[in-house]
Amino acid sequence: MTRDVDARAAAGKPETFTAGGVAVLDRKQEPRVMIELAGVEKVYRTERIETVALSHINLKVKAGEFISIMGPSGSGKSTLLNVIGLLDAPTGGQVALDGHGIGSQGDRELARLRNQLIGFIFQTFHLIADLNVLDNVEIPLLYRGLPGSQRRRMARAALERVGLSARMQHFPSQLSGGQQQRVAVARAIVGEPGILLADEPTGNLDSRMGDEIMDLMHELNRERGTTIVMVTHDQRLAESTSHIVRLFDGRQVA
Amino acid sequence: MLVNYLKTGLRVLLRRKFFTAISLFAVSFTLLVLMVVTSLIDHTVSPMKPEVNQHRTLGVFSMQMQGENIRQTGSPGYGFLDRYVRTLPDVERVSIYSQLQPAITYLEGQKIAFQVKRTDGDFWQILRFDFLEGRPLTADDDQKGQAVAVINAATRRRVFGAGASAIGQTIQLDGQPFRVVGVVQDVPAFRFVPYADVWIPIGATRSQDFRRQLIGAFNGLVLAHQRSDFPRLQDEFQARLGQVEFLEPDRYDRMEGALDTHLDELARQLMNARPAEKRSNRLMLTLAGAMLLFMSLPAINLVSINLSRILERSSEIGVRKSFGASGSALIGQFVIENVLLCLAGGVIGLVLSWCVLAAIGASGLIPHAKFGLNYRIFAYALFLATFFGVLSGVYPAWKMSRMHPVAALRGTPR
Repeated sequence: MTRDVDARAAAGKPETFTAGGVAVLDRKQEPRVMIELAGVEKVYRTERIETVALSHINLKVKAGEFISIMGPSGSGKSTLLNVIGLLDAPTGGQVALDGHGIGSQGDRELARLRNQLIGFIFQTFHLIADLNVLDNVEIPLLYRGLPGSQRRRMARAALERVGLSARMQHFPSQLSGGQQQRVAVARAIVGEPGILLADEPTGNLDSRMGDEIMDLMHELNRERGTTIVMVTHDQRLAESTSHIVRLFDGRQVA
Repeated sequence: MLVNYLKTGLRVLLRRKFFTAISLFAVSFTLLVLMVVTSLIDHTVSPMKPEVNQHRTLGVFSMQMQGENIRQTGSPGYGFLDRYVRTLPDVERVSIYSQLQPAITYLEGQKIAFQVKRTDGDFWQILRFDFLEGRPLTADDDQKGQAVAVINAATRRRVFGAGASAIGQTIQLDGQPFRVVGVVQDVPAFRFVPYADVWIPIGATRSQDFRRQLIGAFNGLVLAHQRSDFPRLQDEFQARLGQVEFLEPDRYDRMEGALDTHLDELARQLMNARPAEKRSNRLMLTLAGAMLLFMSLPAINLVSINLSRILERSSEIGVRKSFGASGSALIGQFVIENVLLCLAGGVIGLVLSWCVLAAIGASGLIPHAKFGLNYRIFAYALFLATFFGVLSGVYPAWKMSRMHPVAALRGTPR
């Protein structure tokens, strides 16, 4: 089964998509498909046990959509996000990101695609404790071979975007949970990726801070047309996105 | 990127002080030993005063004379050197000098021992001693058998007292008086070509029997115009070995030997090889192998410590992979961090080496040794520290780069 989701069209908003991070307005053309999964399976095999984490997942996410993935623990939400994020390879099926079919690419090419196309936001922030905020945000740009001055400029802009320009020289341990997640958002968007993958981004935050992060992600989606896929347990947050994909035992149930 | 790596590396080192201290100790101690050894080798074979022409100097240091049932091995004799080496064509200079010979003198009833070398005038032209006063020995001194001597600073101090001039004064060597004409800076004992306490003309020796000997107690030095002349001179030398006229042709009929660099001679002595056998390459390989072996133990230790750090830094590895770090980029990062640690250890090792070398110098274990750290030792230290860093960093870095990003983010590397 193939599921098409187009929240913008449903909401009657102008269609936007991102190309290399730059939002392009096109009222006539159909938004291009940013994420396409066809018959994706993920099976973990040991000598004795075979665990099916994902079974026959089909999904199309168009540019500029903000969808959420829900399901009980162990249903395969994070595995699905990892497959989309090229952090884990499926054992079956096809994955395409922004028109790039993912298959036989080597480590270097997959790293390049992750760097160019995807930004990650993790539940536990995963900031590098030994680097200050500015250096943390700069990380995705390190692997693009950009000159230091340009990296600094872009990292500062991303931190201003999330309202943390006054904390650039702080270390993660000197920030609150909400501030750390804002830094993580800045790191995810600094390279202006077309796709943002958020794995329970509010899971470690209180509701007020969680709402702040959600507002930030909605802003990015609205203003920059960033395609966002978010894993969440929170029905309220999921309902604020344009579509919910539900998983149960590795299968897509809605 | 490099700055980011260095910042991360530095913060990790500062955060884990105990680990850093252990690692630095292992690295600096290893490098200390290697640098002391390197320094000893450097001070033995590298060109330095008075051997400033060493790069274009060859020597005849050992020979073997053979017959059907007899073999005599030793230094070349004056007769051989004078007839077959001094006459080598198209060279800048040739010198003949004796091996060290002990001599004694009595000063206020006390016996003082010296190491004496007999030289010709060319010896002082090929080697450039630092003169504190006076002049070198000359060809004229040698030919006329003048009873003159050049002494080193230590001998002047011992015999004539601190601060006194020795020029024109007399020094007794085994009862024979010599007038001092020059005083030079002390030369370390391991510089086996120039080293002595007292130098006198060959011609001033009482007995002149040595002048015909093919095997004896002399060495020859050949100063070529340039280093590229070495093969030509060595070929000519070998050809001349076949033309030797033996004093006892019924007993001896073959001469074996080599016109070699100082390093070749040192290698031959250390490896107990025959006079014609070249051993410098083998010596270098043996030394390199020994150094590698010596470095491998602490390197394995550092590898083990580094591997344990993988777990601690798995989140960082996961993050970097998620945001586009390839395996090779991570290998580069971790190797750079490790090299940084080893360079820090190298700096400590360098300071410790300086202290140890100064202590060896002050101990008088090696007469007149003046160990120090020059740019060559610094370059060796830099090379060793970097090599050690790469040696101990590559495997953990490779292991780290192979971590699955999801497992790394979870903190359960597999």
